[in-house]
Amino acid sequence: MNALVQLLRRPRIAFGALVALALLMAALAAPWLSPHDPLDQDLFNAFAKPLWAGGDSAHLLGTDSLGRDLLSRLIHGARVALVVSFVAALLAGLLGTLLGLAAGYYGGKVDSVVSRLVEIWMSFPSVLLCIVLAALLGAGLHTVVIAIVIIDWTRFCRVVRAEVLVQKSQDYVASAVTIGLRPARILWQEILPNVVPLLLTLFTLEMGIAIVVEAILSFVGLSSANVPTWGGIIQEGRLYVNQAWWLMAAPMLCIIVAVLGMNALGDGLRDALDPVKAR
Amino acid sequence: MSTLLQISDLRLRLEGRPPAWLLRGVSLEVAPGQIVGLVGESGAGKTMVSRVVLGIAPANARVTGGSVFFDGHDITHLNEAARRHLLGREIAFIPQNPMTALNPVERIEPQITDVLRMHLGLDRVRARARALELLHDVHLREPERLLRRYPHELSGGMRQRVLIAIAFACRPKLVIADEPTTALDVTVQKQVLRLIRELQSHSGTAILFITHDLGVVARLCDHVHVMHGGRVLESAPVAQLFASPAHEYTRALIAATPRFDRPGELLRPIPVALTLRLAEDARVLDSSEPGKRG
Amino acid sequence: MSGSYLLRRVLWALPTLFGVAVVVFVLVRVVPGDPISMMLPPGATAADVDRLRALYGLDASLPQQFISWFGGLLRGDLGTSISLRGDVLSLILSRLPATLELVTVAVVAACLLAAFAAVTAVYFRGRWPEIAVDGATGLTLAIPDFLWGLIFILVLGVLVPLLPISGRVDPTLAFDPKTGFYLAEALITGQVVAFGNLLMHIVLPATALALPLAAALTRILKGSLLEAMNQDFVVLARVKGYSRASILWRVALRNALIPTVTLTGVQFSFLIGGTVLIEYIFSYPGIGNLAIASVLNRDLPMIQGLVLTFAVLFILANLLVDMTYSLLDPRVQQG
Repeated sequence: MNALVQLLRRPRIAFGALVALALLMAALAAPWLSPHDPLDQDLFNAFAKPLWAGGDSAHLLGTDSLGRDLLSRLIHGARVALVVSFVAALLAGLLGTLLGLAAGYYGGKVDSVVSRLVEIWMSFPSVLLCIVLAALLGAGLHTVVIAIVIIDWTRFCRVVRAEVLVQKSQDYVASAVTIGLRPARILWQEILPNVVPLLLTLFTLEMGIAIVVEAILSFVGLSSANVPTWGGIIQEGRLYVNQAWWLMAAPMLCIIVAVLGMNALGDGLRDALDPVKAR
Repeated sequence: MSTLLQISDLRLRLEGRPPAWLLRGVSLEVAPGQIVGLVGESGAGKTMVSRVVLGIAPANARVTGGSVFFDGHDITHLNEAARRHLLGREIAFIPQNPMTALNPVERIEPQITDVLRMHLGLDRVRARARALELLHDVHLREPERLLRRYPHELSGGMRQRVLIAIAFACRPKLVIADEPTTALDVTVQKQVLRLIRELQSHSGTAILFITHDLGVVARLCDHVHVMHGGRVLESAPVAQLFASPAHEYTRALIAATPRFDRPGELLRPIPVALTLRLAEDARVLDSSEPGKRG
Repeated sequence: MSGSYLLRRVLWALPTLFGVAVVVFVLVRVVPGDPISMMLPPGATAADVDRLRALYGLDASLPQQFISWFGGLLRGDLGTSISLRGDVLSLILSRLPATLELVTVAVVAACLLAAFAAVTAVYFRGRWPEIAVDGATGLTLAIPDFLWGLIFILVLGVLVPLLPISGRVDPTLAFDPKTGFYLAEALITGQVVAFGNLLMHIVLPATALALPLAAALTRILKGSLLEAMNQDFVVLARVKGYSRASILWRVALRNALIPTVTLTGVQFSFLIGGTVLIEYIFSYPGIGNLAIASVLNRDLPMIQGLVLTFAVLFILANLLVDMTYSLLDPRVQQG
């Protein structure tokens, strides 16, 4: 608990944690937090002005072209952004970590195969991969998750492999081998705890990236059309940007804040958990 | 006007916590046409003296006292524009490491002609002719081809000759040479020293020759200053310095230098007790310094 | 730069391209989902499906399909677009010049901007211009790339409507280009009005594309410049009497460009992604926009062709980087 307070004293972590908490709230309690059903259309009340532009308090941020409540759509969009980025980052992290652990620990052939794969993967423009995947899988949330996992597992793999190689050269692993522990056990008991802080940082940063990718894919119409997404709201707002610019600006602001928050949290954690940088 | 370069009581302090003295009141003189040696171990402050004269002292170092006069003008705190007028034209520099001192992405020609065009206002054709002349003077063969080469295509000795040609290009009054032979092979060292001597006797340029090697001083210089810990411990004509060194440190330095005329003689390292005593002297000197901090 | 070196580099790229072709081909056939059935209206008979399959050559076995597809590829036949009902290669070629113009303008702008910003920051080290440059690059990099295009639309297209926010040229303009390179053509043939109009249209998408690239390049170049400023040859330039400005422009910049160009290759992969989105955002008729439309329509022949086109562009861009590198650094041996 004390350690947590210490962490939150750092301004970047505090800001990031606040953003993450807001996203979490939106994800868990979206139906209760939002004033309206985000899909409820009210064509008589389309393009209602937001409160600060002379609108009424029923729709704090106004309504879109179909009379849907913008605030409710943003809250539900946050839910999608968080769930998608969390699942995608988790899966990418799992895949990358497993391969990275294997490559770093066993070395030899395993290492050269994995390293080569990472190299090829990273030299391939990720957008091409994304295009092919999206074309094959069709639009939908699953496409978004799969695309992120397939593109970004290399980030985890590279870093984890390098870290394992560093840890492996440390004395404690050698002594664990000499007292007769099996490799898998050493991997699990000795190396993983040392890699965890790093993974936490990477995971947070990856969530920031995933939020952007989700926004991009939903913006171009490759995400689900049945749920409100930030990218989708931007796309709809873009058509009416001359009548109601806030329809486009509000979700953009959400993305910027969410990404800055996750990046701040990730960078803050990296500094805080790095034994060298943290003094 | 009998002196070309006159440095009086120059003090240079490295700002920091704690501040450190780089120069603790250095005085020396260079007369026109003279070769003056500035000798000392590494860290003695000899390079710092040259850097102050050239105006390229480290950004966090500050001149806290004393003065540098060149050709009758005070150049201690000269502004950038005025100093540029002087550098390359009146005062030139031969750097220590020929391997890194030439611009790797430029051919040799513009690296020689730039000073000629900048300071003497020569056009491209005349600057090129003068560059060929200069390369001839430093005994480099096939100067025409050389001008089109890149630095990495030249050996260390060739590059140092090019750098010497650059230094002498505008017929400066003073050349500062900072250990110009240290990075070279022994045989090349001798040739380069002979070349410097030769160019000097033709042009009458004064040279401030910085080195840690008393042997080089003996062969090249007219006058010598011995530095240690940011101070000049002894100044004397070369013959006198070797015949009857006045300072204890000079004697130790001479004893630590191999001599061609006495092969097989045992060398003695500089005694630790002496180094400690000199450090103590410096400490006393610093504590009486008015600008002291912390 | 020797010709044989260039030839060898191009030959090297061929296996990579072949690999990309194979991967794309296999991926497209292996994955579930039938594009043919999507093309037909509901209620089409099985016979209709089979006819269409035969039409697109999808009824043969996989190796047979690959051989005929690859043979076509060598003859410049990339197949027929399902959604646009036209020859894939000619459709791509008609859109390609627009993309090339956009990317060229953006890259040139980014390089100039980065050089200016980095040199300014280093020249005024520790004073407000450096702080301003650092702040601007930090801000640019902190905000996700694709949002910059939208921010421009909001600010410059709507709030202060100075510039057009969609398309490549005003459709009502009397401009009848012979080639796809409108901007270059208008400039060369001296059609001032058309050139101005084209320029106005390209400013926003090109800037949106250039800005993140410029920020990344500025950061890299500034680091390289600071490193170059500590080199012995820079000290010698100072002692030769160079001014600070000419040391930066004439001595340090040339040297700092070498590490910068090396790192620029990585940026191209982002640039391709950026182009796709920026074209979409600004309704710019290039191959990026085409790619998104094809993905949404699941137009597989078109996607195959586009992925190959992007791969070729990517390889050419990297080749260009390598060539620039060996032009900048005389120490690189090309023999």
